[in-house]
Amino acid sequence: MGATTTRRAVATAAAGGTARRGAEDPAWVRWLLVGACVAFAGVFLVLPLLNVFGQALAKGWRASMGSLAHPDTVESFKLTALVTAVCVPVNTVFGVAAAWLVARFEFRGKALLVTLIDLPFSVSPVVTGMLFVLLFGLRGYLGPWLDARDVQVIFATPGIVLATLFVTVPFVARELIPVLQAQGSDAEQAALTLGASGWQAFWHVTLPSIKWGLLYGVILCNARAVGEFGAVAVVSGRVSGVTDTVPLRIEKLDNEYNPVAAFTLAALLALLALVTLGIKTWLEHRQQAELARAQEPIESTHEH
Amino acid sequence: MSIELKDVSKRFGPVAAVDRVSFQVADGELVALLGPSGGGKTTVLRMIAGLEEPTEGDILVRGERVNDVPVQRRNIGFVFQGYALFKTMSVADNIAFGLRIKKWPAAEREARVEELLRLFGLEGLGRRFPHQLSGGQRQRVAIARALAPKPSVLLLDEPFGAVDAKIRQELRDWLVRMHDELSVTTVFVTHDQEEAMEVASRIVIFSRGRLEQVGAPRVVYEEPANEFVARFIGVLNVLELRVEGGVARRNELTFPAHGVAEGQGLRIGFRPYAVQVSRNPREHRYRATLRHVYFLGVLMRLELVTPSGVVIRSRITKDEFTRLGLAEGDDVSFQVREYRVLARDGDGLGPEVSAVHHVGTAGEGI
Repeated sequence: MGATTTRRAVATAAAGGTARRGAEDPAWVRWLLVGACVAFAGVFLVLPLLNVFGQALAKGWRASMGSLAHPDTVESFKLTALVTAVCVPVNTVFGVAAAWLVARFEFRGKALLVTLIDLPFSVSPVVTGMLFVLLFGLRGYLGPWLDARDVQVIFATPGIVLATLFVTVPFVARELIPVLQAQGSDAEQAALTLGASGWQAFWHVTLPSIKWGLLYGVILCNARAVGEFGAVAVVSGRVSGVTDTVPLRIEKLDNEYNPVAAFTLAALLALLALVTLGIKTWLEHRQQAELARAQEPIESTHEH
Repeated sequence: MSIELKDVSKRFGPVAAVDRVSFQVADGELVALLGPSGGGKTTVLRMIAGLEEPTEGDILVRGERVNDVPVQRRNIGFVFQGYALFKTMSVADNIAFGLRIKKWPAAEREARVEELLRLFGLEGLGRRFPHQLSGGQRQRVAIARALAPKPSVLLLDEPFGAVDAKIRQELRDWLVRMHDELSVTTVFVTHDQEEAMEVASRIVIFSRGRLEQVGAPRVVYEEPANEFVARFIGVLNVLELRVEGGVARRNELTFPAHGVAEGQGLRIGFRPYAVQVSRNPREHRYRATLRHVYFLGVLMRLELVTPSGVVIRSRITKDEFTRLGLAEGDDVSFQVREYRVLARDGDGLGPEVSAVHHVGTAGEGI
């Protein structure tokens, strides 16, 4: 649409300029803005990305692949995979439950709950990390009690999982609340009158109708769980081969003047981001359709 | 009795949405719950289905008290106002849903779906999705889905609210035909008195959570139990009168005092068809100008204004309209053939006092 309008306006302007519609800006303004945006995106988004891949392959494909085989790097992969494998399912279940609660029930403190779900978006990840250190660290509130029972949270895997869980809370719930609210509960109630239990109604009726929104939230949650740096850096303690996740490992390799290894890992994360972006765009499209269908009024169509 | 409500109330906090309502629906009946919106009729329907719990009173389905029976086990078909079709399922899967939940064998299930598609004129649409159907088709799918597990009662919430006027008429006829063929006990909610009159064999009228009257369409129209019913069902001319010099009067219109004391008020009502109109300004008792004529098809609605400005509505057939040779702007005369005393000094009257009064041609007593 926009492109068509632009082209038509340009053609009119070229044909004499007098027939230009009043609401449209002159062509040179538009080209200036487009040019500025392209230049900005090129310098700040595309170039750095290309540079990441360039640096990764600076010493050849083999050197890059070889750097990935380092035992500490392999361990960082395992840790990130573990953290993601815990955080994504937990936050998916929590997200669906919270969205269901917010969309279907009226209760005191509902606005507060919605605000709390959003909290991780507004709190700096470093602060999140500090919160957990303050709570579970040796000089924190629960630390000594846990230490006496030989449970280590901070500077260990549990702390990393907790910090990542906190940071990824909003993604699924925030995607689902508007979809569930738009759909209303009539279809679920219809399922109940047809003999379905609450669980069957959820499984057969609700879940299929929110699946794209859910997948979208899961993809974003996954991307963040893999890529989280700040909160995890505070609670991890940075023990090589033990508490380094992939993002932490990248920084460490960079500090150790090992650009090929650092950029190869970074390139992998960047590739994952690109794939996520692709899936996200596709899902967004599906989810918009889902939302539109949910909001679709019962229009009076004519009988054939 | 298929459905029986005994003193059923539903309170939301201090507000009584339904207030001590009792009525019965016989086997195979087609009953309308009628009333203005917010009158509690949908709440009654949802309580019968088990989607809401009554605060007080008993609900019986086929003689069994169902207050504690969950919605899943009440064996009731419910059609929602917006149809609430499952958008991610095909038409056939929508209809089969209840059967699948109840674990019908696949062969029987498919046979039942086929049977319903045929019965409801939906052949060939089984693989479509709800958004590919017209409003009327969606409604039929919703009813087919509700009927698939062979419920003992079918409940419909504003079944014709979501379609346009022309389709609505077709659907009404179709619902009556379907009910005749299947003779399943059916209760539907509507705020449209015309729809209730046309479709239902009996009407239950609600206002503000209370039951006002139960009866056949003709009964509630001709013998309304109270002023609310009289005014809600059909069109009613209502006049506020004051008794002066032994007659009840509103400008030039006079009626007997009906035992009301001097200086007190009286409210009467009369149907438009009870207003007789003539082109001869001397034939009837009162003079008026024919301000507007509304064409309703077979009927014409006439709007008369007396010299002092009282507006009276009349309804006559098109044939009579032609025979009388009436036209807008004519000076006419009219009289009220029969009327009903609705209230005295603001108090509503019970049915026994709200008898119809016929006005003789000689105008006796007035």
